Parts: sequence; structure tokens; C-alpha cells
Amino acid sequence: MAEGIKNKAAIIGMGCTKFGELWDKGAEDLMIDAYLEAMADAGIEKKDIGAVWCGTHYEEVSVGKGGITVATTLKLPFIPVTRTENFCTTGTETLRGAVYGVVSGACDIALCIGVEKLKDTGYGGLPENANVSTGGTRDRLTGPNRTGPGSFAMMAVRYFNKYNLTPQEGKRALAMISSKSHHNGSLNPKAHLRKEVSVEAIMNAPIIAWPLGLFDCCGVSDGAAAAIVVRADMAKNFRKDPVYVKALQIALSSGEEVMYTDWDGAHVETTYRAAQQAYKEAGITNPREELSMMETHDCFSINELTQYEDLAISPRGHAKDDIEAGFFNLDGKIPNQPSGGLKCFGHPIGASGLRMVYEMYKQLQGKVDNPARQIKNPKYGLTHNMGGVPNKNIVSVAIVGL
Amino acid sequence: MVGIVSYGAYVPWYRLGPGSVGWTAKGEKAVANCDEDSITMSVAAARNCLGDSSRKDIVALYFASTTAPYIEKSNASVVAVASDLASDIFTADFGSSLKSGTSALKAALDAARASNKQALVTAADMRTAQPRSSMDETFGDGAAAILVGSSNVIAECEDSCSVSHEMLDIWRDAGDKFERSWEDRFVIEEGYQKSLPLAISTLLKKHNLTPKDFNKVVFYAPEARRHTEMAKKLGLDPKTQVQDPMLNLVGNTGAASALMTLTAALEDAKPGDRILFAGYGDGADAFMFKVTKEIETARKPGKTMKDYLKSKKMLPDYETYMVWRGLISRAAPSRRPPFRTPSPSAMLREVDKNLRFQGTKCGACGYPQYPPQTVCTKCQAKGQGQPYSFADKKATVFTYTLDTMAPTLDPPMVVTAINFEGGGRAFTTMTDRDTKDIKVGMPVEMTFRQFYVSEGIHNYIWRCMPVR
Repeated sequence: MAEGIKNKAAIIGMGCTKFGELWDKGAEDLMIDAYLEAMADAGIEKKDIGAVWCGTHYEEVSVGKGGITVATTLKLPFIPVTRTENFCTTGTETLRGAVYGVVSGACDIALCIGVEKLKDTGYGGLPENANVSTGGTRDRLTGPNRTGPGSFAMMAVRYFNKYNLTPQEGKRALAMISSKSHHNGSLNPKAHLRKEVSVEAIMNAPIIAWPLGLFDCCGVSDGAAAAIVVRADMAKNFRKDPVYVKALQIALSSGEEVMYTDWDGAHVETTYRAAQQAYKEAGITNPREELSMMETHDCFSINELTQYEDLAISPRGHAKDDIEAGFFNLDGKIPNQPSGGLKCFGHPIGASGLRMVYEMYKQLQGKVDNPARQIKNPKYGLTHNMGGVPNKNIVSVAIVGL
Repeated sequence: MVGIVSYGAYVPWYRLGPGSVGWTAKGEKAVANCDEDSITMSVAAARNCLGDSSRKDIVALYFASTTAPYIEKSNASVVAVASDLASDIFTADFGSSLKSGTSALKAALDAARASNKQALVTAADMRTAQPRSSMDETFGDGAAAILVGSSNVIAECEDSCSVSHEMLDIWRDAGDKFERSWEDRFVIEEGYQKSLPLAISTLLKKHNLTPKDFNKVVFYAPEARRHTEMAKKLGLDPKTQVQDPMLNLVGNTGAASALMTLTAALEDAKPGDRILFAGYGDGADAFMFKVTKEIETARKPGKTMKDYLKSKKMLPDYETYMVWRGLISRAAPSRRPPFRTPSPSAMLREVDKNLRFQGTKCGACGYPQYPPQTVCTKCQAKGQGQPYSFADKKATVFTYTLDTMAPTLDPPMVVTAINFEGGGRAFTTMTDRDTKDIKVGMPVEMTFRQFYVSEGIHNYIWRCMPVR
């Protein structure tokens, strides 16, 4: 393996808007808010920025193609702006761009922004064509017009089947995941959904795609997040508590899950692969012992459950035991979704990856807005995004730390 | 000797009948699912007729229907590809008349006689009548396929006779959604009761035969009562000679009706049997068939009419039928974006993949995969893939969901991943299913269906359905 980017870049400023149904704000407004908070946090000026990466997924309802809207909205001084898109890993991709930019020496300070405005479409779900299109013309012509919930529900059916869980047992484990995130979200002033929901209420909610019910699915939100990245050796010039990038990895499906019958349908192979590469890059040998906290891509509760196993924290088939033991609760060994997760914080696709890093950044600095959510003495925080569907997808894993 | 080589029928799984709330007629009728049309039903009948037998001798396909999805653009060419026929064949659409099914059969027999090769006829209809009209009570949906040729003939066509009769009994212009008709007595007395017997009597006179000389008589009738009347008029013994046209079980399936009844007669035919067969519509076509010894050894490749009559599910209510036919709309569970219009150039590139359901089998490791791959998913060999059809492969459900958000007229959408016997996996949707029966591991088979229609483009796909 190449030597990687561990401790070569640091984040010196971050910003994040409130997420939610922000009817009164456009993508441009959200970008400005996240950008200004990050700039103030870093204490730098516009002229200091050398390059910009901005991520959106549905450019049609956000900032359009290319980087022009970003440059003209923020009034940037004739510097490169790259718009990135990589499904739900888009926000993390912008950070990867900024980190690679400063580590390469191409610039000293890079800005990255993730933004998505989903609530201008009139659709409750994602504004994609009836199917979750991960492909080109083939999906248009013959894609099984499944939805996001439907695609992940198929993994839940498979997981229950493989590990002999009754629908009741399986749904209870999933409900505990969502209930935990709702608790955390209720403590977060920037979260979209801020209500506690009981395990029973979650289990009895209307079915969206069997066995997933309403509370097994995250909401569609608007929001933006931004980060200022510098070379690690410069970081302390800006603040005494910069957050260092330990690993940034991306893995994509080869398609074997779709066509070849070896895949068990009860895990996401790319999450496992991206995590293994990230642990190696960060020098982590025992994630269950070494990680302090996580923000993972809980677009659907079953995705979070399988992530516990794919991220090599719970043994295969035993995520349920850790969930029941409170291992991932705010007061557990590795709190997951201290922000409320996609489940409660919301999921504006291009923003989510950076929003997760924002949570880790504030936690590592001990500066979480609500002390009730502050994790004690964290060392390593992991963020995870997954775009696409369980059988055809892209996963990013980032690890940041002090 | 020219005649019938093989046959197959298709009846949709769903029925309107006793038990369907709001259905007041006495009989049952077959109702096409919301993802079926005359093309898909033709393909199902054709595949039942052909099974996995070689298509290499088939040089023509005649598609007959009064409810063809396309008014301009060949429907036969879609059926030909989805039935996995070769591309260097003659295809033609027969339409406009209820007689189009038997007319296509006449043309196919002529073609087989001239070429010494085989021609396939498919006939399918799903006519829509004014809700609550008497036609609404009698119309049904279904399809038949007849393969004709000059060798391995199971029923030799001894002769045929046609009459053409210009009159307006029932009709529909290009913009009409529903059938129109003149007064019932005029329709029956001046049309049906004149043309059909005329074609039959002319044919029989020529051969010095009477209806009594036939073991089985198969003929079109608009409804059961008219069928009984006609049998009497022809001097037939209803108990022994008349093949039941299934009008109270399947309904009047228009251009397909007589051919579907003929397939049912052939299922029970014995060597030496003589079959008198007649179709009606703007005139009539009559045929004499003599069953050969080949019928005992001929394979029955697909499902039989008996299978289809046994396998059925009553629609819960008449409203569902109205929704499926687009007569009323039911609110979707959530607002969804419209389907994007498929690109005809992409459809052209992917025609084998989409309509033949063709993948590749790796020449290096032998692993079948769908969609076709340039680089093998299993062994990574490049450019070794050989065309491999999944259409007739059995499969089992690997996983599934009941998706209430996915856009469908038949919610919930059953989304599945299936594993094929012999290898390969596909993500698809399940049709003709009872949601409470779906399980991981359940056996399924593939069926050709409509995905969606946008801008007049009918986009077809393969779905799975429970093995019945």
C-alpha cells in the first residue's frame, strides 16, 4: 500500500447549517451559511483560499452543473472550483479533494463544501427517476423500479433469513437503532428531527418496504457543511486544536453482488473493504478498542446494523447483541450517530459526508453545542457514507483524530 | 402435408368473477394484469408453443390483434424478438378484425405450403368495453400461438374457405377507447349467423362432408348463448362434437378466441380426429384439420389450457380492473417523479438483452451472467462471453421486499433478487403474485411484461412470477 495521507492534512475550520425542510433557503443561501461559519472558525480570509471542492448530487435542484454557482455565490477570487459527485459519498469526496490538494502542495489552504437542496422537488423521497438509478441506459430501460427503502429492505430480509431472526426479533433490533438515534437527535439543535421515539412506536409504524417501516428510513432534507483544510505542518499556526485526517478511503462495487451468486445479501462488501483500507491507512488494528465514536450512513436502519459488522466492530451475525447491550449508545463504548445520524439530522446527499466530519470535529475539540451529547476524551472518530444500493454502491470511510 | 406443428395458449392469472366486489355478471372473465398487453400475452403463448425447441425453421411470424399496443410500428417484430426468433424472418401484423387471428393462420398455412418451412401465428386481444355494458360482462383477455409447417405436422390442414362480408356489426375507430355496436339482433342475424355458416357450408360442400363427419368442431361465438345457438344451427351434437369455447371462464378474447379454443381441442385430440374450425369477423374463415399420429409423440412444451384454467386468482374488486385499464386512477401512496422516456437508440442497442432476456455465459469459466458482460464477473476473462438466454431458466428468490413507495398500479411492488438454476443472478420485480406467499427460496419463472409506457413508447422487460 502507498504510504497514505495519515497526519498530512488537518481541518482548521468547519461550518454546518441547520438541516431540515428549509423552505425559506436556497442552495446558495445554505452554501453561504456553512462557508461563513467555517471561515470564522478557521479565522482566515477569502484571499487565503487556494482551491475549492464543492459537492452536490442532484445538481438540477441544487447548484447546477460545474462550479460556477459556487464561485459566483461566494464571490471567490478567480481560483479553481471543482464540483464533485459520487452519490452519497459526495461530501466526503469534497474533503478528499481538498486534502489531496493541500498534501500535493498544489495549494496551502483548500475549502470544501457539501450542499444539497432536496425539498424543492415536490417529492417525498429522492428526486430520481422511479428507480434508484446506479447505472446508465440499462437501468433506465429495465431497472426494477425499486426505491431506496425497497433496495435496503431486501438486505433486511436476507439478514433475518441468514441469521435466523424472526421478523419480530429483526425489527426490534432495527427499532433500537432508530430509537437510539432519535434520542441523540433530540439533543441536537441543528438536527432535522428532534423527537424521541420509542422502540414500540418504531416497530408499529406503517410499512414503507417490508420489513422496513417509517422510522427505519431517514428523511429527505436540505443542508450544507463546509471545511477548511491545510497541510498538517501549518495547522497549529491557525488554532491550537486542529483535527488531523488519519484516513480517507473509497471503495466501489465491481458488480459481483448483482450477477454472481456468492454475495450473501446480508452485508455490504464495499463497507468492509473501505473500512479495512482505512484502518490500515490510519494504523488502527483493533477498531472495536481504538475507535472513540462514529457517524455512519444510516439511510436505513438495516444499513447501520450491517455496518457494525462490516466495519469490523461487531462479529458477523452479532450486531444485535451489541445493539441490545447499548454498545453504540451515547454512553456506550463506541457511540454511533451522536448527532442523530441521517435518521434525525437528515440527509441532503452532497452535505452528509462533511456534516458527519463536522460532528467528529466538534466532538474531538470538546466543543459540541449541547454538553449532553459531548463524548468524553475521544481520540479517533470514523465517518462512513454509502451511496447506491446494497448490491451496487460506493462507500467512503474517513477517520479523523487529534 | 401442411398443418399445425405445435400450439400454445395463454390466459392471464387474474379473473373477474364471483367474489370480485362489484362484479355482477354470472360468469368469469380473464383479465390481463396491469403489466400485460397483446404483445406480452402473445409472447407467453408463443413460448408455450415453442418451448426450448429450435427456432431455426421458423421463417415468418404473424401477429394478430385488434388491440395492438402500436398503431404505427410493427408489433410482430417485438413478439418475434421476445419469442427468441431469428432476425431474418418475415414479420407481419394482422389487425382490425375479430377474424385477424384466423386470417393470420390462413396466411401462415399458405406461407408454409410455399416455403416448406415453419410460420408462427400469435393472436391476442384485450378489448375494453363500456363499463357495465353487456360487452363488458363478456369480453376477456388471452392469447394463442400456432406453429404451422410442412413436416412433423400434428394436424394436417385439409382445406380452408373464407368469406368476406362488409357490414358494421361492431367497430372501433382509431380514437375510440371502447367498442361500439349496432343493435344486437342486426349484429347476430345479419353478421354472425350468416357469415360463419356460409364459410363452413361452402367448405364442406366442396368435400361432400357434413358437420357430422367431424369429431370436434371449434368455432367463434361472441357469447355463450350465441355459441349454443350456432351449434344447433349447424346440426352439431353439443355433448360430443362441440369444443367448449370457455366463454364463461375466460370470456370472449376477440381475435384470439377461436385459436385459444382450437389449442384446447388439440390438447385432447387423437390421431385420425377431424376438426372443423371457424373464426368470425367481417366475414369468416373455416378450416378442416385431420389429426395425425404425430400428435402422440409431439412434445407439449409449455403450459396447457387446462393448466391455465386451473390456475387463477379472482380480482378483489371491479375497481382494481378499472384502475388497471386506466379507466379510473387511484392515488399513489406518495408523489413520485414521472418515468423518463426511454431512448429508442438505447433500446435498439440493448434489444437482445432487454427483449430476449439474453446475458452472457463466460467462455473461460462457464459462468452465466445477466446483463451480458464484456469482462467476466467471476473470472475476469475479457471478451469471452457467449450469448445465453435466461428467459426459460427457472430461478429461486434470493431476497425480496414489498415496496409500498415504488410506482405501480398493483401495489406493493414486489422487488426481488433471484438466483438462476445453472448460475447467474438478476434483480427484477415479481408479477402475478400473492404477497402473502412470497418467501426466500421460493421457485420462480420468467415472464415477459410491460415496464411502463411513456410518450407512446412501450417499454418491455422480463419479470419473475411464482411457478404454478
